[in-house]
Amino acid sequence: MNTYWKFGAIVAVIIGVLAWLAMGGVTESKTYYKEIKEVTQMGDRAHAEKLRVNGYVEQGSIVRNGAQVSFVLHQTPGMLQKDPVRLAVVYSGIDPLPDTFKDNAQALADGRLGQDGVFHASKVQAKCASKYEAKPQMKTDATQPKAQARS
Amino acid sequence: MENIGALSILLAFCFAVYAVVASVTGRLKKNSFLIVSGQRAVYSVWLLLTVAAGLLIYSLLTGDFRLAYVAAHTDSSMKTIYKFTAWWGGQEGSLLLWAWLLSTYSTVVVFMNRRKFRDMMPWVTSVLMTTEAFFLILISFVLSPFGVLQAGRGNLVEGVGQGLNPLLQYWTMVIHPPMLYLGYVGFTVPFAFAMGSLITKQPGDAWIHTTRRWTIVTWLFQSAGILLGQGWAYAVLGWGGYWAWDPVENASLLPWITATAFLHSVMMQEKKGMMKVWNMVLISGTFFLCIFGTFLTRSGVVSSVHAFAQSPIGKYFVIFLAVGIAATVILILERLKYLKSEARLESVVSRESSFMFNNLILVASCFAVLWGTMFPVISEAVTGEKISVDAPFFNRINIPIGLALIFLTGIGPLIAWRRSSVESLKRAFLVPTIAGVALMALLAALGAYEHPFALVSFGLCMFVTATIFIEFWKGASAIRAKNGIGFIPAAIELTHRNTRRYGGYLVHMGIVFMFIGYTGAAFDVDVTKEVAPGGTFQLSHYDVHVVNIEQGENDTYAWQRLAVDVARAGKALGTLYPERRLYKASQQPTSEVAIRRRLNEDFYINFAGLSADNRRAVIQAYVFPLVSWIWIGFWVLAFGTIVCLIPNKVKLSYARTQVVGMAEKHAPVQN
Repeated sequence: MNTYWKFGAIVAVIIGVLAWLAMGGVTESKTYYKEIKEVTQMGDRAHAEKLRVNGYVEQGSIVRNGAQVSFVLHQTPGMLQKDPVRLAVVYSGIDPLPDTFKDNAQALADGRLGQDGVFHASKVQAKCASKYEAKPQMKTDATQPKAQARS
Repeated sequence: MENIGALSILLAFCFAVYAVVASVTGRLKKNSFLIVSGQRAVYSVWLLLTVAAGLLIYSLLTGDFRLAYVAAHTDSSMKTIYKFTAWWGGQEGSLLLWAWLLSTYSTVVVFMNRRKFRDMMPWVTSVLMTTEAFFLILISFVLSPFGVLQAGRGNLVEGVGQGLNPLLQYWTMVIHPPMLYLGYVGFTVPFAFAMGSLITKQPGDAWIHTTRRWTIVTWLFQSAGILLGQGWAYAVLGWGGYWAWDPVENASLLPWITATAFLHSVMMQEKKGMMKVWNMVLISGTFFLCIFGTFLTRSGVVSSVHAFAQSPIGKYFVIFLAVGIAATVILILERLKYLKSEARLESVVSRESSFMFNNLILVASCFAVLWGTMFPVISEAVTGEKISVDAPFFNRINIPIGLALIFLTGIGPLIAWRRSSVESLKRAFLVPTIAGVALMALLAALGAYEHPFALVSFGLCMFVTATIFIEFWKGASAIRAKNGIGFIPAAIELTHRNTRRYGGYLVHMGIVFMFIGYTGAAFDVDVTKEVAPGGTFQLSHYDVHVVNIEQGENDTYAWQRLAVDVARAGKALGTLYPERRLYKASQQPTSEVAIRRRLNEDFYINFAGLSADNRRAVIQAYVFPLVSWIWIGFWVLAFGTIVCLIPNKVKLSYARTQVVGMAEKHAPVQN
């Protein structure tokens, strides 16, 4: 029995350490995944937490100023400046912006909301809708005639 | 033609269902005609799916843009090879690839084992074909690869096509998905055998012996798939990373981790008859994680930089997983009494316990990665807020886990079964420990103390390398003394006598090389500069001189290319040509980075674009120390795995010395 006790104790220690590391990891890197309209509803918490905001880059809004890049995100694709659900973003990270980051692309910005209402992103990812899969509107085209093909 | 393709898939589905029904009924009613007809149905499924896949490939190659799939994933200017690989460039095609691979595996398995295991095989067939039927439901009723674009509805000009994403037009991407799929799909086979042996109440290890090669080959495919993905990310995505803990990457890692644990813990069952339940759990877990991985990549449940397909197939996967897992759990619980352990754990310092710790740590790592990947889904369900965790979370847990694993890699194979004395431990580990500590001291003196994890990692890599080298050296010296041959032939002879053990050491060595490569990342340096032609900048000990910017275009893309002279300490190292392309069909820009690969470090340069005034080039330059060792490590790992598959030279005469439970250090403890 003794061996099993020893073994159990070591297992408990290992799991304990890993759990502790996991807790620390979560606290350090947790990011709230928010839509643009939700950011405005968060109130003061929006300034306190790390956020990840998903949106579509406004056509022509990307401005490069030295190392900084600013742009505007919208909740839904293809919106113009008058759309109220918008978020101004300033990116000043080290990594280059991905190739897929361009007008109308869907982008994920990680960072914090400043008191000025501008979102300061430290990381921007862009997903090109066609990267692995056809665009959603293509999708419907592709799925609808299926019945036809089978019949 | 698309009708024939769709019909083939539909018929294949019917045959798969028939194979399940016929095998089960045949087995229960002891009707061998039904069983044989079930087997033939398996072959028919393969034939039908081969026809369907052939038709899809033909449509892709000939550019039949009436088909939605062809139009969405190829264009007429693409190279033939990429037209072919568009087979798995999208959702429907890759599901067809899954189904086709599974039917190929099933056919081989059924054909090879149809006369062996007469009572188990019908069950194996039915498990394989149930999985097959599930995937065929997806491609025959939900997402057909043979959908036709309706006239006037297509949002593209007929005859051109949208093209395969240019980022995927790269050689490793050509073979990465099929490799990964060969791995994903392959674990269905050992799982089916495990279930077959449970259903037929066969307590023995027949299923493990039969599927050992399958498991190893499958594991190799999966390792290759993961590594190719890393190699692709490194060379194509332009930021020099090879792993970002993205959900899709994690999805491929999860079953690999449990499979690695399985490969180790089956040895406990073969040698000592222990951990039988655990092995069942591991192989089932691996199989379901493979399905889960496909689900994760294919359903859009967790968002990712890899733009997931948002598609209706998620719920089908959830149902399949839920039913499958429930059935497996019930079956294992039902058969617990046939899975009793034949030996007991005798000491904490023993081979047995090192296997257990290896398993524990691997499974903990798997659990942590799974937890982190699913964190947004879990947190949304619990708190209503979607919270994601990032690379720091994964690194924090997996770096210590990785170090612990590499430590066990060193000590596990050398500890005796049952129990080890302090004396034997000292004999085995004194020299490796000194070597490891000496290396750490040296590196610390050179300034590496700022990166404690890296320091420990290098020390442990040295430690493991020393243990492996000593093993080869001791064994080969004995043979050399006896036979009077050189050291290298003696080492080959040694390996040939016990391929599993020494092949295993080679695999471990490959892992050590990969760890050296990953550890190098602690010392990465980078810089971002805007430089006009004629300008220079410095990074680390490299002097970089931008010579000029050229541009041009061809049928597929327009390009801008930078010529960059690289020198170190006044000595010219050559010219690099990083390039930017804009693909015409998809209007997508890509960067073609230029890399000067060396064993000690890579110099990596990315042309990120032109500055706002169009006069200066935006350049990101990186130095990645030791990164080549990751790829070298993979080749060593692959070589070692293949060695493991070679049969031992003299099986019988060697096996006589083997007494289970009495194995000392030089007995053929297989590894």
